[in-house]
Amino acid sequence: MKKYILKRLLMSAVILIFVAFLIYVLMRCLPTSYLEQVARQKSMQPGSKSFDEWMAQLSATYGMDKGIIPGFLAWCGRAIHGDFGDSWKWTVPVLEKFNDSVWISFVMGGIAFILEILIAIPLGIIAATKQYTKVDYTITVVALACFSLPTFFFASLLKLVFSVKLGWFDLGGLVGRNYEQLSAAGQLADKAHHLVLPIITLVVINIGYLMRYTRTNMLEVLNADYIRTARAKGLSERKVIYHHAFRNTLIPLVTMLGSSLPGLFSGALITETLYSIPGIGYVSYQSMVAGDIPFSMFYLVFLAILTLLGNLIADILYAVVDPRVRIA
Amino acid sequence: MAKNTKKNEGYLSSREIREISRKNRKITGELEKKWKRKHVPESEYLTQMKNPENAVEFEDLHTWFFTDAGTVKSVDGVTFDVPIGKTIGVVGESGCGKSVTSLSLMQLLQRPQGQIVSGHIRLNLGDKAIEISNTPREQMQKIRGNVVSMIFQEPMTSLNPVFRIGDQVDEVIALHNGEGKTKEQIKEETIKALEMVGIANSQGVYRMFPHELSGGMRQRVMIAMALACHPKVIIADEPTTALDVTIQAQILDLLRDLKDRINSSIMLITHDLGVIAEMADYVVVMYAGKIVEKGTAEDIFYHPTHPYTIGLMASKPVVGRQTDELYSIPGKVPNPVNMPDYCYFRDRCEKRLPCCDGEYPCEFSLSDTHKVSCYRCDPKYMNEAGKPDQAPDGEGGR
Repeated sequence: MKKYILKRLLMSAVILIFVAFLIYVLMRCLPTSYLEQVARQKSMQPGSKSFDEWMAQLSATYGMDKGIIPGFLAWCGRAIHGDFGDSWKWTVPVLEKFNDSVWISFVMGGIAFILEILIAIPLGIIAATKQYTKVDYTITVVALACFSLPTFFFASLLKLVFSVKLGWFDLGGLVGRNYEQLSAAGQLADKAHHLVLPIITLVVINIGYLMRYTRTNMLEVLNADYIRTARAKGLSERKVIYHHAFRNTLIPLVTMLGSSLPGLFSGALITETLYSIPGIGYVSYQSMVAGDIPFSMFYLVFLAILTLLGNLIADILYAVVDPRVRIA
Repeated sequence: MAKNTKKNEGYLSSREIREISRKNRKITGELEKKWKRKHVPESEYLTQMKNPENAVEFEDLHTWFFTDAGTVKSVDGVTFDVPIGKTIGVVGESGCGKSVTSLSLMQLLQRPQGQIVSGHIRLNLGDKAIEISNTPREQMQKIRGNVVSMIFQEPMTSLNPVFRIGDQVDEVIALHNGEGKTKEQIKEETIKALEMVGIANSQGVYRMFPHELSGGMRQRVMIAMALACHPKVIIADEPTTALDVTIQAQILDLLRDLKDRINSSIMLITHDLGVIAEMADYVVVMYAGKIVEKGTAEDIFYHPTHPYTIGLMASKPVVGRQTDELYSIPGKVPNPVNMPDYCYFRDRCEKRLPCCDGEYPCEFSLSDTHKVSCYRCDPKYMNEAGKPDQAPDGEGGR
């Protein structure tokens, strides 16, 4: 087991280097260049140096005067020591900006993720056990509707109903107008209140897929021979479904959920933008548009690490739920 | 319902399918409701055995599947008894309703499509008898695994892959026999049950998962599970089909030995006549959902009378006889959705008579035990047919 994990981690490190290199190359080739923008602005000022001169000076200061490969190696050398540099757009250290924005996304995504599991899996099981009944049809249709709704449309709909018409929530933002005057508990409650609509959006958009996946897997398991054996033993239907069938349904679900864990840190770009929540999805989007290489590099490599870890975790969990899979 | 499908065999328009499935839902919906009732008074499903010597009596059992293509009459009027302490073999080709008959006894049919629509299955509980077709789910769960248990034909897939062998056997014992017992006592019983079926390393197997065992071992575990609560009736649905011949003999020996030890009845379902000859006291031959011939093993193997039985006997290899090609019964089974009203075997029968064009033949008795559904045994037509034929190979199946 230890050996397996070690081997997987080493392999992941190799993959990571290649991924980081690809990202770096792509970032350098982006049509928007932060340096060009700055150089253009500076050269427009009266009595300033020419654009080319500014460009040469800025490239030297920002370390962009080297070719792609030396530039990447320099980045790697610094990254290994944990130094990811300062963000160009936000003019603060990359880690600081990341730390400021990631947790709100994580909390939002985490709550949504737990809610999704709590709602979708039981519904999927119910739909499967009552296949071809009205309950099943209702659940399936609702799931399909959730699945097909575009985020921007559904979010706008929620805003229209709950913010504009009913006035229960603010239209956007993470904190209310009088946030500064509130007590600590009040501030927390205020943030929670602002997160309600984004979380509903995330849950509704994602629930359909997980539910359909659970239903399909459950149906497959319910038709298996060992379920008939369980019934032939005289077990109650509850026990058959929630003990014998459910453990088997978990196997594919765990793989799927394991690999969606990194998604918690990647933020929800569209939802965050629509509700103007300064989460990591929103911040990283702005950084990328501005051509902020240090921040984007850190963020994308961080996601790559999470994805690799997520796969490893899913594989380990797989062995936990399915005795036929043994890690050697 | 069969009327809809009559026009053009096999082809149904979507409107017809919708209509059929609507009607089906109506029928099955009611039956399902009846099945799922709770707190049903016992009087509703108590009954009397016709003969207290029998463990199970099937009487005119009709088990139908309400599919979108029409109603499939998988079991259509089956009557036979399973005497206490005897082995009864049920033979027939694939899809003739052998398994469905046994699943009806356990109420394990694929619901909601599969339903017992009429007839009786009486189960002898010793002090009382119950009518399975009226028994609701709640009550049935106390009978399954306890009074009637089943050994399935697929040992490779019939054990739950994610639970340990021990836990799976413990579960049955705890459910039916576990009152007041501690976990250790239940474990002890499981180990004993595993040893009883000839698993040497019972302590080790107790901790294993199904995928760590071979097919023969898994079938032993299935048998241990089925016998753990000393059931009165054991249904063995092709217990040896998935196993190779040496293991097959061991498993059959084991079954016979265990049956004698706990004095229960076995309903052995197979299409292997060799297995039947070795195990069964009584034999029932099924064809297309009906019993065509039944009798003692001797009746069937030494004096097979129905042309189908004779065909079956002729289509098995015999040691010491040289043939280039094995005999096979020509033709195919009629469409199960749209059964003819004459003898189902007529079109495949080599001994067809003019009278065979009449309606489905009723049962004729050749002796107290030997019953055949064939016009050739009708005293009225005896002259026409001559004496009922004996099997081409009088040696029978042994």
